[in-house]
Amino acid sequence: MRYNEKELQALSRQPAEMAAELGMRGPKKGSVLKRRLVKLVVNFLFYFRTDEAEPVGALLLERCRVTREEPGTFSISFVEDPERKYHFECSSEEQCQEWMEALRRASYEFMRRSLIFYRNEIRKVTGKDPLEQFGISEEARFQLSGLQA
Amino acid sequence: MKLNERSLAFYATCDAPVDNAGFLYKKGGRHATYHRRWFVLRGNMLFYFEDAASREPVGVIILEGCTVELVEAAEEFAFAVRFAGTRARTYVLAAESQAAMEGWVKALSRASFDYLRLVVRELEQQLAAVRGAGSPALPQPQPLSPTLALPSTPALAPPLPRWPSALPPKENGCAVWSTEATLRPGSEPPPPPPRRRASAPHGPLDLAPFARLHECYGQEIRALRGQWLSSRVQP
Repeated sequence: MRYNEKELQALSRQPAEMAAELGMRGPKKGSVLKRRLVKLVVNFLFYFRTDEAEPVGALLLERCRVTREEPGTFSISFVEDPERKYHFECSSEEQCQEWMEALRRASYEFMRRSLIFYRNEIRKVTGKDPLEQFGISEEARFQLSGLQA
Repeated sequence: MKLNERSLAFYATCDAPVDNAGFLYKKGGRHATYHRRWFVLRGNMLFYFEDAASREPVGVIILEGCTVELVEAAEEFAFAVRFAGTRARTYVLAAESQAAMEGWVKALSRASFDYLRLVVRELEQQLAAVRGAGSPALPQPQPLSPTLALPSTPALAPPLPRWPSALPPKENGCAVWSTEATLRPGSEPPPPPPRRRASAPHGPLDLAPFARLHECYGQEIRALRGQWLSSRVQP
């Protein structure tokens, strides 16, 4: 699949929601744990060799599952292939918890659900649709029907 | 750079409703011809397929840090998705009607994660304000134009101090806006002060799991927004 790699690289250089050096193991059998600088930017998780400016790779965090593994370790897998896991080793339980929470909230789809939630809550309190002020109340992407089952 | 392409392909073709879909002509390169492709917009990803029945996308355009503009082109109903940077690519696309073109330009200019996050932050603040103030009137929003050119995320500001848990109403950024807006009708409200923690743990947000999560999302995001808003050029 073609993609605009330059823009993805530029994105990897943006300020991150979270960044840390973690141990990372790929999903292939026999993968070895490697130290990686892991950086969360919008709905992408970039991972870098610790001394390099360009990322080794990126994970789009849509339809992903974040699972606790051994203590201090979590994994990311994707809904269509839950056994194929990227493992991350943290330096503490707190760090592990922090990352898991951040990654669960990192997807566009999660953010969309938040918007719909806030929109409805404000409507309940005020009787008005807060999106009307922005002129986006009819946008397909913000309708309740747009939520995944 | 490695990318989880298999997951990307699944995201492209999953059953959830799409944000926009339709045929567009895509210019192959600087001097290339246009190819008719089936485009699917989902979140901040613009996928394109050989045709509507294809199981896997030919490619994807990641829509962060781009602007969407109308262009002068030989093709009718043409528009461009332009990225910043010296050797950045500009994607020239053409719709099959005026209505389709307008629909796509609107949808694409609002597709970025950054934009969505701004709107969510705004609503989060509004909800806290209407719950805290107890008044039914909505505070004056920060105008967000549909063709807002979102810059790349600015550098982080230093961490912000915490608010005390009991806020007198006039300290709330939204209340200040409302006052100023009535004093000088027709003028744009000033950008809000840098974001602070909206309430104490047992305040109005405690029954909103999303709100609490966003609370924990971090001061960084609020600092980012404050910084961006104060640095952006007023239209």
